[in-house]
Amino acid sequence: MKPKIAAQSGTFESSDVIFLIEPLPDNSGRKLEISSTVMQQFGANFNRIVLEMLDQYEMTDIHLIAKDKGALEPTIKARLETAIKRSLDEQEGTLK
Amino acid sequence: MLNSLGREIPEYIEGIGKLEPFQGALTKLSKGWMDEPTIPAPNKAYLPHQNKLCNSLEEAILRSNPHNGMTVSFHHHLRNGDILLVQTLTILHNMGIRDITLASSSLNECHDPILPYMKDGTITRIYSSGIRSQLGHAVALGVLDIPVVIHSHGGRVRSIHTGKIQIDLTVIAASAADCEGNATGSHGKSAFGSIGYAVIDARYAKQVIVVTDNLVDFPCIPLSISQNFVDQVVVVDSIGDASKIATGTTRITNSPMDLRIAKLAADVIEYSGFFEQGFAFQVGAGGASLAVAKFIREKMKTKGIKGSFMLGGITSYCVDMLNDGLFETIFDVQSFDATVSNSLLNNRRHIEIPAALYANPFNCGCITNKIDVVVLGALEIDVDFNVNVITGSEGKVRGASGGHSDTASGAKLTVVVCPSFRGRIPIIKKRVHTIVTPGESIHVLVTERGICVNPAFPELEENLKRAGLNIKDIHDLEIEVDKITGIPAPLEYTDKIVGVVEYRDGTIIDVIHQLKEK
Repeated sequence: MKPKIAAQSGTFESSDVIFLIEPLPDNSGRKLEISSTVMQQFGANFNRIVLEMLDQYEMTDIHLIAKDKGALEPTIKARLETAIKRSLDEQEGTLK
Repeated sequence: MLNSLGREIPEYIEGIGKLEPFQGALTKLSKGWMDEPTIPAPNKAYLPHQNKLCNSLEEAILRSNPHNGMTVSFHHHLRNGDILLVQTLTILHNMGIRDITLASSSLNECHDPILPYMKDGTITRIYSSGIRSQLGHAVALGVLDIPVVIHSHGGRVRSIHTGKIQIDLTVIAASAADCEGNATGSHGKSAFGSIGYAVIDARYAKQVIVVTDNLVDFPCIPLSISQNFVDQVVVVDSIGDASKIATGTTRITNSPMDLRIAKLAADVIEYSGFFEQGFAFQVGAGGASLAVAKFIREKMKTKGIKGSFMLGGITSYCVDMLNDGLFETIFDVQSFDATVSNSLLNNRRHIEIPAALYANPFNCGCITNKIDVVVLGALEIDVDFNVNVITGSEGKVRGASGGHSDTASGAKLTVVVCPSFRGRIPIIKKRVHTIVTPGESIHVLVTERGICVNPAFPELEENLKRAGLNIKDIHDLEIEVDKITGIPAPLEYTDKIVGVVEYRDGTIIDVIHQLKEK
């Protein structure tokens, strides 16, 4: 699936993460920009969570920006799921 | 060679000398004397009515025999508002002086501008109790060839009177001073309170410059620094940024996490067996630490307990407790906010003390030895209760040894308060990255998820269990927290040593290795 609209979830607070999603033109694949205050310690784990969830929703033609300030795994998953569903216009709270 | 905590310590480091491994908090002291002799302080001679006033800091430095390889010292009572350290080093740099040893009682973010001087050979060695911000990052990455030496507040005094740190020039900031150099921090527009750390520098430095933005008529009272040790006096427009030196009053945190930890810590203190008439108390100024004072204050009032003294870095909250009659006395080596200065100046039970009296292990008894209860923070703590307050989870130098090990070794009850994890990084480790205070000095750890008692103190654990507190084995808590956060990938270090952590008695408790930059 590809995002229908730009969407975001989360906050830029300590122990939280903010996700921003934008649709890209067809056949663009995925463009990911991930930054985290705990990149050295948990970067691999963070990337894995993101990729797994994008696979689960079969997301493509997506530009995803993540700015993490040490969110726990359940927080990351919940924020990303929300951002994806908002970008698919399945859930309220988009940027439109 | 290994020290008694299992840390590998080199026998010798070029530029620092022979190292003695840490063997236990009181092992060296228990001999009853120290082998290192006290070095003589310099003899000086001044003629009657000789003028000490200089037109500028630059002129005063020029008259102070600036030379390559000199040691320059500072005190950090102006905290993040200090401007004299950077000014002094800039003047020395512009004079072409090189190979300087910087011996400041601590270094803060406001000192970041000296980083270029560490890169270009102006500053080649550092002794300090703390290093933070850009300097801490650069030190961790190995900007200096010679490792920095981290000491405690008490240990610094010992290093100076044994000649490990031989000060050629000290620059003492004062918010009031007279033409002879009698000086204080307790009044004036830039008042910062106690000047306790600078007293040993004034006594031992070959050249002593007092810098003030408030020249008062002779004599300047109180004589926190006295004229018989002062070579020159400089009047400047400003000794620092007043808004960052000391402002208003310190507020108690309203973070729910810190308040929960503080409340648990106060319960621990109440049922520890040490909360009794005449107890002596020290708390830090940080979030959860200071909040403990709030709960202890309520408990003292409820139970009708009156304490003996409060010690250390003093906040307005301590002053309020003194004024409430909850404590008899405050001993103040460093003041944290503006209202403290007034109390220090006007209340004879609020006493300014030098660092030697505060915490130096090698004399006839420092006041930290008299503490009953101290509450301290931690960047990391391990399952052996060793505490790290100097290196952060990202491997940078970002804290201060301060009075941590001094007070912990003296207190009957040392309580460490910290959250169990911060921003996904677990604070309770199998092994802390850098040991500053040995686990044997720590009695109890209080986190939001439970209280852990050092197994060396079974009686304390009994007391707390009887009171119904939630006591956990620290190994169990460590595993519990790892399950919540996940296990962080370890940082990578090289073999190069970039920092040496001295215990208060001068033995080496740990070293800091160079961080591999990614």
